[in-house]
This record gives sequence, C-alpha cells and structure tokens, in this order.
Amino acid sequence: MIGLIGKKVGMTQVFDEKGKVTPVTVVHVQPNVVVGHRTPEKDGYSAVILGADDAKASRVTKPYGGQFKEGVTPKKCLIEMRNFEKETQLGETLHLELFQDVSFIDVTGTSKGKGTQGVMKRWGFGGGRATHGSKFHRENGSTGQSTTPGKTIKGLKMSGRMGFDRVTVQNLKVIKVDVEKNILLVKGAVPGRKDTYLIVSKAVKKG
Amino acid sequence: MDLIKAVEAGQHREGVEQFSIGDLVKVHFTIVEGKTERIQVYEGTVIARNNSGVAETFTVRKNSYGVGVERVFPLHSPRIAQIELVRKGRVRRSKLYYLRDRIGKSAKVRELIKKKTQAAPTEK
Repeated sequence: MIGLIGKKVGMTQVFDEKGKVTPVTVVHVQPNVVVGHRTPEKDGYSAVILGADDAKASRVTKPYGGQFKEGVTPKKCLIEMRNFEKETQLGETLHLELFQDVSFIDVTGTSKGKGTQGVMKRWGFGGGRATHGSKFHRENGSTGQSTTPGKTIKGLKMSGRMGFDRVTVQNLKVIKVDVEKNILLVKGAVPGRKDTYLIVSKAVKKG
Repeated sequence: MDLIKAVEAGQHREGVEQFSIGDLVKVHFTIVEGKTERIQVYEGTVIARNNSGVAETFTVRKNSYGVGVERVFPLHSPRIAQIELVRKGRVRRSKLYYLRDRIGKSAKVRELIKKKTQAAPTEK
C-alpha cells in the first residue's frame, strides 16, 4: 500500500493529444513526513504514520506536540498507512514521485455535509403520489405496521444527517503527476469540499 | 486557485480568433479517421458562447437542407485549426436561442455595418 496526504484544490478540464476533454480534480500533495512507525512487536500491526502541513507552534498543545519525535515539527494532519510498500525512516520526506508509475488510485475524503435530509434525498426512496387524495408524499413507510410485527425493525433507513461521511472512491484514473508543482490530476470527482484533506493511495483493486 | 490556473496555463489555444455572437463563421475542425487527418469546414451563425477560461465553448447553428443543425465547439480545442470570420452580425442579445423557433427569412441575422463617422473617436 502506497499512500500520501493531499489537499483538494478544485476541478478543471484538460485536453489530451487527440483533443478530447477530460474533467480532472487537482490534488495538491505537499511533501509528507514520516512521523513514526507502528510495529508488529509493539502494536500488533505494521504501519507508517505520515504527517503533512506544519502546524503553528502556538496552536500545538503539549499532549499533541509530544507525539512528534525530535527533528520532526508538529503537523496538522496525521494518517496511518498500513503495510507501506516502501522502507521509510523517521523524519524522511515522501514526495509525489511515489506515484509516478501508478495509473489508478483510491481517494478517501470527507464528503460534503448536507444537513438533515428526508428519505427521498438521503436514501433515494421513491416517495408517494402527490395528488388524487394521496396522504403519503415524501415520508418513509414500514414503521411498525399493526400487531405484526408491532415494532419498527432495526436498521430501517430513515431521515437524518446526510453527508460529512468518510468516503472512498476507488479506481480513479491518474491523468498527470506533476512532481515540480506537487500536483496530481485525477479523472473525475473526489469527495469533499475544497481545501480539505484527502488520502490518496494506490488502487487496491486495479494495478 | 493559483494551482488550477497553473494547470490550465498550457491548455489555451494560441491566437484565439476574435468573434462575437451573431457572426457568421467557418470553423476548420480536424477530424481523425484512423491514421489519416482531414479538415472539415463547418459554417454557421454563432448563437452562444458559454463558460470561461479553458472551458469556454461556442455554439454554431446552421440550416442544412431545411434541418437546423447546432454544434458546440470547445474554443481552446487543439482540433480547431482555424476560425474564419465571414460576416459580422447585428444582434442585441448574447444568446440567440430565438433563432431556433424562426423559419425562413426571419431566421436570419442582419449584417453589422459600421459607419465611418461612428468609428472615429469623438472628443468630449
């Protein structure tokens, strides 16, 4: 597994050599720093802790800053990448060059929050008839019926807070890896708003 | 935002021709058939320009044997070899979608003829 922390910049389009337009998302991948390691002996699994974005010294609390070893400045965003394919040392910086020969990636982010939504928007329910005396419009049904079952079955999809979930989009095509500008161009959309952190990793299902 | 501009920077077509809504234009569009390339000329009236930056497109409408045909071209597409301005049009709006409902002579756009006196700069 190869992965880095990135930041969503926004979307645009690029022309390929045939003149075809491809919609792309620009992901800014700043150099990531290896903050620490998880080892099977101590933690029961192996992983690399990566950090990105230097935190302002006055904003770092002592407990948070304490986890950063000497020589590593406190970072705003921390992730753990399990079974990292590359040998890494503490304090080492990882650049976008890791992705130079990767053609498909998975992108994880926090989706846009939609607030409280009904079942039609949140779960795609069909809803009921609008007219002709219908008294069932946009609500959900099957909340208990009569004596049988006489209760609402657990796990029924209902209205509630939608979005702001951790979402992973798999098998996104990499259009361009710009090492100089630290930019990754990904075909299509990625979850979340602009300026939010993303985890960009090599596709699990596609080489 | 600057990073997006940096991505778009190399995408613009060099020497983009000046033309506006209502103009009659000839679009020289490269068509790739297998290994051979040829240029097809599409002539019609520009009825709309949409979006901005690299994503800008323009819509060209023509009447082909009694059937209205509209084609949308990306302004910065590398497949556009040339946009030839045939005639300026005199129009008063930026989207000429009303032409779709017109038949015959009323579906025409009048030519813009600038008078020389108007073109000369007037001092206050």
